[in-house]
Amino acid sequence: MGNTLILVLVVITALGFDFTNGFHDTANAMATSIATKALDPRVAVALSGLLNLVGAFLSLAVAATIASGLVNTKLVTLTVVAAGLAGGIIWNLLTWLLGIPSSSSHALIGGVIGSMLAAAGGHAVKWHGLVSKVIIPAAMSPIIAALVAATGTYLLYRISRSLTQGSRNHGFRIGQIGSACMVSLAHGTNDAQKTMGVITLALIANHTIPAKSNAPFWVILACALAISIGTYSGGWRVIRTLGKGLVEIEPPQGMAAESASAAVILLSASFGYSLSTTHVATGSIIGTGLGKRGAEVRWNVAGRMATAWLFTLPMAGLVGAGAYALAHAVGGSGGVIVDLIILLAVVALIYWRSRTSKVDHANVNDDWSGSGAPPQHEPAAA
Amino acid sequence: MSWIDLSAIWKIVVYGLIAGAGLPALFAVGLFALSRGPKAQSAGADSDVVVGGNPLGIVIAGVCFLVILAAIGWGIYEVYKIGHPAPAK
Repeated sequence: MGNTLILVLVVITALGFDFTNGFHDTANAMATSIATKALDPRVAVALSGLLNLVGAFLSLAVAATIASGLVNTKLVTLTVVAAGLAGGIIWNLLTWLLGIPSSSSHALIGGVIGSMLAAAGGHAVKWHGLVSKVIIPAAMSPIIAALVAATGTYLLYRISRSLTQGSRNHGFRIGQIGSACMVSLAHGTNDAQKTMGVITLALIANHTIPAKSNAPFWVILACALAISIGTYSGGWRVIRTLGKGLVEIEPPQGMAAESASAAVILLSASFGYSLSTTHVATGSIIGTGLGKRGAEVRWNVAGRMATAWLFTLPMAGLVGAGAYALAHAVGGSGGVIVDLIILLAVVALIYWRSRTSKVDHANVNDDWSGSGAPPQHEPAAA
Repeated sequence: MSWIDLSAIWKIVVYGLIAGAGLPALFAVGLFALSRGPKAQSAGADSDVVVGGNPLGIVIAGVCFLVILAAIGWGIYEVYKIGHPAPAK
């Protein structure tokens, strides 16, 4: 039956990844609602957490892609999965520290592929699956989302132009809450499944369940809980970047962006594409900037994000490969345990660093001053 | 085994536009209908009154909002149906 202790550790690590996935991505659903003050920040994260929980039960198509579409399951070992998870978590936390909305999915997939390459070489990776189900959707999805969001934004302003500014904002704030809820649901559907897929992969590697199985029910439940608790804890740094940094957003734009994101994510998830909800949400927000005359997109912020996106797969892959090499050098179960201890240390270090420039529900909406964290003191009169 | 599944992308774009831009546009139509009538019209430019009081407008708005809710419910059901295939043997 393989090694139960290591399996338990890997499952816990995977759920830890799911938690970081949740709090990294609260922003995708709620950043715009928080920025336009449609929702109180704390209510927003609670609502989003709950809907992520529900969404996680909605589909299994993406979990199947991750579990059997990207790597040769016969060659996967628990060490490979553990090292891959370490790569994903470390990259996720580093980008969170910098306030960059990078893709949790790419971090995870990059980590697993990196450790797989280190363990078994290029033939163990299903390159066709990687390109057609991950890389091409990653390139296409922000463009499609931007197109949909720009169309929506244009239509919303056009149809509502006879309303007064006040009543228009009031009405669209309500619509925005509804559409943000849909994004949270879509996020649960799409992202919780990635961890389900990885845990399923670990269970298959340990011969606990046969190859090509669907995720068992307890895995679905555990992933749903982990991502919703993570979402509830709120990644305020990324919320700030997405809500305030990229485009100054009005309620009609917020609603257009979120509707576009929800539609694109849910549609793609049902095709089994492991999309990055982050890429979609960012594409949508840029789209609302393009769809409204006179709106300004801060392309330098967008450029910084895109750079991080390009690096996510290879960097998480490098960390994953390094973690595998280390575990392999130590050998056996001990290797996995050494990896996980180092991972814990890195997590603690990043958390400690984040305390020095804190972003939370109180200062998340402060005016944008060029970088992620708001000024710690009252700015001098300019 | 093609690298790009064009038919899937085509579907995502079209359904994405219908659901992601069409439904919010319908919401805007509902808001527009709701705001017809004396109450919203006579209020000043800073007013945030949404309901104008025109009965026809309120009915049209209600229809729009119901259609949106129905479309969302149907969409979620479809995703659920597609997302739970029988396990491969």
